[in-house]
Amino acid sequence: MVASHAVSTLEHRSDIGETDEVLESDDLAGPPPQEQPLFKAGAPRRGGVGSMYALFAPPAVDAVALEERAASLGKRSLKGETKLAGLRLAIAMMDLTTLEGKDTPGKVSQLCQKARTPLSNDPSVGPCAAICVYPNHVVTAKARLAGSTVKVASVATAFPSGQSPLDIKLADTRRAVDFGADEIDMVIDRGAMLVGDFSKVFDEIAATKEACGPAHLKVILETGELGSYDVIRKASELAIAAGADFIKTSTGKIQPAATPPVTLLMLEVIRDHYYASGRRIGMKPAGGVRTAKQALHYLVLVKETLGDAWLTPDLFRFGASALLNDVLMQLEKQRTGNYQAADDFSKD
Amino acid sequence: MEKKETSGRATRELERDDASESARGASAVDSTRAGDALRMKPYDSAKVDARVRVNKAYKMFVGGAFVRSESGRYFQVKGAPREADLGTEADADVDADPDTVNVPRGSRKDVRDAVLAAKTAWTGWAKRTAYNRGQILYRLAEVMESRRPELTKSLVRGGETLTAATSQVDASIDRVVFYAGFADKFFALLASSNPVAGPHFNFSVPEPMGTIGVIAPDRPALLGLVSTVLPVIAGGNTCVALAGERDPRTSVVWSECIATSDMPAGVVNILTGHAKELAIHFAKHREVAGMDAWMVDPDLRKAVESEGADSVKRVTTHVPMDADAWADERKAQGLGWIERFLETKTIWHPLGL
Repeated sequence: MVASHAVSTLEHRSDIGETDEVLESDDLAGPPPQEQPLFKAGAPRRGGVGSMYALFAPPAVDAVALEERAASLGKRSLKGETKLAGLRLAIAMMDLTTLEGKDTPGKVSQLCQKARTPLSNDPSVGPCAAICVYPNHVVTAKARLAGSTVKVASVATAFPSGQSPLDIKLADTRRAVDFGADEIDMVIDRGAMLVGDFSKVFDEIAATKEACGPAHLKVILETGELGSYDVIRKASELAIAAGADFIKTSTGKIQPAATPPVTLLMLEVIRDHYYASGRRIGMKPAGGVRTAKQALHYLVLVKETLGDAWLTPDLFRFGASALLNDVLMQLEKQRTGNYQAADDFSKD
Repeated sequence: MEKKETSGRATRELERDDASESARGASAVDSTRAGDALRMKPYDSAKVDARVRVNKAYKMFVGGAFVRSESGRYFQVKGAPREADLGTEADADVDADPDTVNVPRGSRKDVRDAVLAAKTAWTGWAKRTAYNRGQILYRLAEVMESRRPELTKSLVRGGETLTAATSQVDASIDRVVFYAGFADKFFALLASSNPVAGPHFNFSVPEPMGTIGVIAPDRPALLGLVSTVLPVIAGGNTCVALAGERDPRTSVVWSECIATSDMPAGVVNILTGHAKELAIHFAKHREVAGMDAWMVDPDLRKAVESEGADSVKRVTTHVPMDADAWADERKAQGLGWIERFLETKTIWHPLGL
């Protein structure tokens, strides 16, 4: 099934000679294959920020196979020790998120506390990977998380719409980094993507990457607004080529947000990029991952598409707020044998 | 008789074909020939008129939908002799149920799913005005009234006499009407303004607790279920009920009444299965705020009480009453039944503000 779908999505890529052969190997953690040209020969060069265009004619996505494969991987039943390990890994990969107009320093502080010790009666659980806030709350979060491994991610670039002039977006980004953000979650201009102004999308990502300096850049594609798998694939390749460290599905403000097929598709782009360049790009599904069962489903997708090398908070994250409590309830259920009540777990 | 002969001929023809074709090993050709043989059967109008009845798949009622057990398990429920006490010959003919039906045997995870559905529904149900809850309960009584024959027949199939079944259905509908009327009145009867020594108002007001688990008595199948579920939801709680296992079919028919009334999905969830297996899972689930368990087995009652204590549930266990007591309006309905699953909140409020 893996091979058949991969081949179907790659069959138009005759210009990448050895891709099929590489796909035969299951071990992605091994040394990268010989350097392959990522871009089509003759792609126009751009002055300024970007160096080259990405391959703008990615293979067409086989929607039926993609959805079927994502669904079939969701039918795995993880029990006992495996389930526990998966749940703990999911917590370690979580970007605990609050992105609301009503956010206060108090709420952010509470969220930071929760990210440090998610389960007060069991300090071995957690901490989470990061907390994700608006730029105004970065300073608070940074102070509350001092001395822990929890990173601070800030959204920037006129989140969530991305419909502002580039200089404002870049200033937004620089300010967030100055405040102390370790990671920047930027949004792409979906309007530009949909009208086909790919150079604008590419240049904005590349400029933001430059503005990030040492901070990691996650690029939010907002897949729910892109309309089709083909556009999502194109946007993913564009973001990676422009310098994204992570690609992320959604802002969480639009439905549908992260879904298994969309995540699988983006993971496949990451895999293809790894084969082509040897560079490991991270993935972050965000929005819509609410239950422990769904989280385990996503981990199966990662394991089956990219292998163990990606099963780390450095390369895979969940953007979520409600998910943590459900995972904690499952952990407590495994420990005590009783189903838990939502009211017994702190909301923030 | 005639049919037998026809099919016999077809079989013989099939066999002959088999013999001649099998040498060539062409099984596809065999089946084509067999099809021809069957199609040539003479038209038998008598057989065609006696149409095959559509049997009902009995399912549990969870979150407003009829579901099978996630475990895939069933248990068999045998019906009483069909001709006994049924009104007319025609009635008996209309009944499509086979002698024995399969009813889902709910599992621990079915309890979990139902509790989640009930918990989700609780926010909306508790927020509705008491008057609106009363209207919805009255609508349930209307639907039950229109389904009297079906409920009666189901009880008869469960072993009641026609007279007993009829009066049980009537009593059940009356009980629903009783709680429909009480839905916006119990508050005034249970709330109080308390005298206190100080410059304060002091009020006590009843509030619903959340999701309540009900282990309904085996008998009476309908009245016992109605009498235990209705006071729980009239008070603004949502409910997961395990129907009695002697006649679970009637609980499914009643679920259909609920499904076609205006009751929001998840307010009443009805599982079928064995109390011996499931009661303990109700008691252990921390989301269940209270339990009303009518069970004969004293060890089971004790186990439910001690498991429920672990999550500080309000557990009430009872030895099931006899049929007469359930029909008795002084014993089996009333304000006290609603009050059992209400929490009293007392508020102090300064005078003059």
